[in-house]
Amino acid sequence: MIELVSAERCTGCNICVSVCPTNVFDAAPKGVAGGLPAIARGQDCQTCFMCELYCPEDALYVAPEADQPVLVDEPTLVRAGLMGGYRAAIGWTRDTAARRRIDSTFRLIKGF
Amino acid sequence: MSVTATYPTAALDLDTDVLVLGGGPAGTWAALSAARAGARVVLADKGFCGTSGATAPSGTGVWYVPPDAERRQAAYLSRDALGGHLADRRWSMRVLELTHASIELLAERGYPFPHDDRGAPAHGSLQGPEYMRLMRKLVKGAGVRVLDHSPALELLVDGDGAAAGARGVRRQRGDDWVVRAGAVVIATGGCAFLSRALGCNVLTGDGLLMAAELGAAFSGMEFSNAYAISPAFASVTKTLLYKWATFTEPGGEPIPGAASQGGRSVIARWLAKGPVYAQLDKAEPSLRESMREAQPNFFVPFDRVGIDPFTQRFPVTLRLEGTVRGTGGLRIVGDDCATTVPGLFAAGDAATRELICGGFTGGGSHNAAWAISSGQWAGAGAADHGRRVRAGAGTTRVAAAAGTVALREGRAAAFSPEAVIRQVQDEVFPFETNYFRSGDKLGDSLGRLDGLWASLRTADAASRDEAVRAREAAAMTAVARWMYRSALARTETRGMHRREDHPQADPAQLHHVLSGGLDEVWTTPSSPLTRPQAELAA
Ligand SMILES: Cc1cc2nc3c(=O)[nH]c(=O)nc-3n(C[C@H](O)[C@H](O)[C@H](O)COP(=O)(O)OP(=O)(O)OC[C@H]3O[C@@H](n4cnc5c(N)ncnc54)[C@H](O)[C@@H]3O)c2cc1C
Repeated sequence: MIELVSAERCTGCNICVSVCPTNVFDAAPKGVAGGLPAIARGQDCQTCFMCELYCPEDALYVAPEADQPVLVDEPTLVRAGLMGGYRAAIGWTRDTAARRRIDSTFRLIKGF
Repeated sequence: MSVTATYPTAALDLDTDVLVLGGGPAGTWAALSAARAGARVVLADKGFCGTSGATAPSGTGVWYVPPDAERRQAAYLSRDALGGHLADRRWSMRVLELTHASIELLAERGYPFPHDDRGAPAHGSLQGPEYMRLMRKLVKGAGVRVLDHSPALELLVDGDGAAAGARGVRRQRGDDWVVRAGAVVIATGGCAFLSRALGCNVLTGDGLLMAAELGAAFSGMEFSNAYAISPAFASVTKTLLYKWATFTEPGGEPIPGAASQGGRSVIARWLAKGPVYAQLDKAEPSLRESMREAQPNFFVPFDRVGIDPFTQRFPVTLRLEGTVRGTGGLRIVGDDCATTVPGLFAAGDAATRELICGGFTGGGSHNAAWAISSGQWAGAGAADHGRRVRAGAGTTRVAAAAGTVALREGRAAAFSPEAVIRQVQDEVFPFETNYFRSGDKLGDSLGRLDGLWASLRTADAASRDEAVRAREAAAMTAVARWMYRSALARTETRGMHRREDHPQADPAQLHHVLSGGLDEVWTTPSSPLTRPQAELAA
C-alpha cells in the first residue's frame, strides 16, 4: 500500500491524485508553498503501483504489502534504489526509454 | 427520495449518442469504435481511464494468431476441452480476426512492440501501463469526452424500458453527473470482490447490477471462481512465471501435484490447511533476465522485500478474481454484443466470455482479445442504435433513474457498506464453498446471501459520501447470488466449475446457464448446444 509522499521530492503537481484508480489521495492545497498531496484513504490502496509510474519526481513509494500498512524509511528506500525503481524498469524515465521495447514474453510463451 | 431524483438533474448534465461505462480495454475500444462510426461519445470511469481496471497494472498476453486457417483452428481447439466444449467456433474466429487487425492498428499508432529473436515484431503481449496510456490518448484524440473519477451509480431507462443513459458522482468534486444517451455500453469489468488482486479493487460488479436493474440476463455465472496465485503478502497475481515454480509445504517438501496450471486446486487444498511456499527454481539462469523483461511488475514485490524468487522460498496465496479471469457475465444476444435490454450493450469482462472460452478462464490470452473485439462490436452497435434513437425521439425522451438498493428511500436505516462487503467476502472467498463446490454448501451460502439482499432492499438510501461504496456492496451481493444460483443449477463438473457432489461432466448439460433477477434470482438452461463434427475435426 502507498506509504510515502516524499516532502523532499514532491512538487505538488497532483498527478498522483488524478491517476490513482481508487482515489487514495487528497490534492495538495493550492497556493501553499511545499504543500503535498495527502494519503487520505490509504486503506483503499490496491497496491497497483500506477501512481509511482506516473510520478515524474519518483516521490512516491508503494510498499508491496497489500493487506496492511507497514512503516518505511525514506533514506533506506533511496539507498536501495527502490524509489522510482519500477518506473525505470518499464522504461518510463528518460534514461531508460529503450526498455519500453524489451518485453520478451515471446521467449516464455510459444504462440500458435 | 422524491420525484426529482427519479428524473435526475445534476451538476454536469450531458446529452450524447453513446455512453460508455468503464475505461479499461473494453471501454476504450468501444469508445473508439463508436466515435469512428460517427457517434458522439462520453466515457465515464470510476477511476482514471488509463490506469484503472485489471489490465493497466497487470499487462496481458493476447490471443494473437496470424490469419492462417490451421493455426487459428489450433488456437480455437486449445481451450475447447478445458472450457467444457461450451465455446463457439464462429465467435472464436471473429475474435481472432478482429484482435489481429486491432493489434496491427496499435503498432501503427505507436505501441512499442519488441522484436523477437529473428527480428520479427512480437505482437503477443501488451504491457499494461504502456497499452492503457496509449488507449487513453487514442480515445481523447478521437474526440471522446472522458469523465475520470466519475463512478456510475445507476442507469436511466426510457418509457419503453430501453437504456437511456446513466447517473453517477464526480467524487473528486463532490457533485454528480447525468448523461442522457441513445445507447449505453457496459464495460465496467468483472467482479473480484475487493480481494486486492492486481488492479481489481475497482471491479465490484457495478455494471452487472445496473444492467440487472433494467432486467438484463446473464450467462455462465457459475464460471466465476477464478483464483490467482500471488505472494502471500502482495497484490501481484501474475501467474505465468509460476510455470517454473516448485510448490512446497512448510517443511520444504514438494507438494505432489501442485502447479500453477493443472494443479492449482492442489495448492488450494493445501492452503486450506496451512502455508504453501513457492520458488522459481525450474527457471534456467539464462531465462531469468527474459522473465524480468517480460513481467517487470512480477518482480516488484520481491525486489522490495529483498527476496530472490529464484533461489529463495516465499509464501503464496490464492486471491479470488471472480469473473475477471473467470468467464460469466451479461448475456450477449447479437453479433453487436447487444444484451437482452434494448439500447444496452456489453463488452469485456462484464460480458459473458463463454463464446470464446467456454467454462474455462480466458487468462493469458482470450480475455484481452475479447475486450478488444467485444469492445469494438459493442461500440459500433451502440453508435448505430444510439444515433437512430436520438434522431427519432429528440430531446423529449423520458429518462428515469432505474437504480434500487442504496439509492432509494427505505423503511430501515442505511446499511454499513463495509459490513456487507465482509459478509459477502465470507461467502465467496473460502475455497470450501467457492473453489470446491457442493449443493449443500452452495445452498446454505445462497440462503444467507438472499437474506442479506432482502435486508439491503429495505434499507434507506446511502449518504452521498457512502453511495459508491454502498452500491459496490450491493453489486457484490447480487453477483454472488447469480454465481451461486447458477452453480447450483449446473449439477456437474465442467470448465472451472467443480462440483464435489457431481465430479463428472454430464453430456445432457451441454448448455449455458442463464440467470438474472434481483429479489427473485432465476436460472434457466439455454437450448442445448449442437456441435457439428466438422468443427471438432483437424
Ligand atoms: C493480474 C492479472 C493478469 C491478467 N493477465 C491476462 C493475460 O495475460 N491475458 C489476458 O487475456 N487477460 C489477462 N487478464 C484479464 C484482463 O486483464 C481482463 O480481461 C481485462 O482487463 C478486461 O478488460 P475490461 O475493459 O473489460 O475491464 P477492466 O480492464 O477491468 O476495466 C474496467 C473499468 O471499469 C471501471 N468501472 C468499474 N465500475 C465502474 C462504475 N461503476 N462506473 C464507471 N466505471 C467503472 C473500472 O474503473 C475500470 O477502469 C489478467 C487479469 C489480471 C488481474
